[in-house]
Amino acid sequence: MSIRHGLLALLERGQMYGYQLRAAFEESTGSTWPLNIGQVYTTLARLERDGLVRSLPESEAGQRPYEITDAGRADLTLWFATPVSRADRPRDELSIKLALALTTPGVDVRSVVQTQRAATMRTLQELTRLKYASDRPEELPWRLVLDAMVFQAEAEVRWLDHCETSLVRYRPAAPGWRPPIDADGSPEAVVPTDEEARR
Amino acid sequence: MSGADGAILDVRGVHRTHGTGPAAVHALRGVSLAVRPGELVAVMGPSGSGKSTLLALAGGLDSPTAGEVRVDGQPLAALDRRGLARLRRRRVGYIFQDLNLLGSLTAVENVALPLELDGTGVRRARALALAALAEVGLSELGDRFPDQLSGGQQQRVAIARALVGERRLVLADEPTGALDSQTGEAVLHLLRRRVDTGAGGLLVTHEARHAGWADRVVFLRDGVLVDSTAPLGSVEQLLSGSGR
Repeated sequence: MSIRHGLLALLERGQMYGYQLRAAFEESTGSTWPLNIGQVYTTLARLERDGLVRSLPESEAGQRPYEITDAGRADLTLWFATPVSRADRPRDELSIKLALALTTPGVDVRSVVQTQRAATMRTLQELTRLKYASDRPEELPWRLVLDAMVFQAEAEVRWLDHCETSLVRYRPAAPGWRPPIDADGSPEAVVPTDEEARR
Repeated sequence: MSGADGAILDVRGVHRTHGTGPAAVHALRGVSLAVRPGELVAVMGPSGSGKSTLLALAGGLDSPTAGEVRVDGQPLAALDRRGLARLRRRRVGYIFQDLNLLGSLTAVENVALPLELDGTGVRRARALALAALAEVGLSELGDRFPDQLSGGQQQRVAIARALVGERRLVLADEPTGALDSQTGEAVLHLLRRRVDTGAGGLLVTHEARHAGWADRVVFLRDGVLVDSTAPLGSVEQLLSGSGR
């Protein structure tokens, strides 16, 4: 998700100026995604450059409201209609870390798993506490954001449980395993041989 | 009377072994755990890690092979069967996956039963039971029999029975069972609310999302407590990012 689409969605409610947009954004997402006012104005400038919003004359108080354009509305509709691709999300450091822990000599993988589980569990407790404290009907958008994070944290704990169970049965094939290397120094699996390349 | 450090539940160096000799199974090995008033502690761990054994010891349903369990400062080993039964009726509430509601009694009668067994008059027991049913949102359904209630409603009756009167310690073993996620969440909400009014709670679960309701989560592995999460800050601290 981009801040662009967040701001477009807010402007679909009506004209707003920078500080109003920031407040509305944070109200919608709780404090999970704090925005600084600089990000808001930079994003508005790009949206205006791309013809998705237009700026209106300044008010007497010196505030410049923005409104969404038809192109912006079309962009927003497309955004809501398009599923978020998992491939667009940043690489998952945790899964990479665990995979490396398994193959790095001297690393206690079970301890890596447990340390992470306690930390993720603690995050889950914090999220649940925040949810418990936000039970007014108008706080539903914020609760749903919290729920998303709760379910993600829960999935991570379940995956860690799964890793631990798998570790019980795990016997490393050979300590210090490395990818096989060809005579010319290239990994076999990645670079085809000359003969294969000619085919 | 409370324990030396004010704990409602104080488990000290507890071992529980089933069987003897080479066939002996060590369900718990040197577990210590305290639950204070207003605190909900979740116990997590894989099947066979000793979670349910710990809960049974905490409620006096089983006795440790070694070590001590105190409830509200009272060492359970010092009580005879009658004393233990009294303590369970008065001070400890249980929420189990298996609800154990009596089919021939209405909801309100099920909830009032432990009080009546303890000598509370019928009218007063009924009034307290109705209040407990109202607390779980079932005030209109008190005169229905268990088979006239949905699974979620039956679970709430079981919770009302666990919370009725002045229970100081609530023990819950996978209390949401097969309930859907919304109903399960409502169950934990109720447990949390009771704990917030000063009871101590011990929740055994393998579901991380349920353990998230606790103030502290402890992890059991092969009968040993291996880790624990740090206590949480206030909501204000969490929102300002300083609650860690």
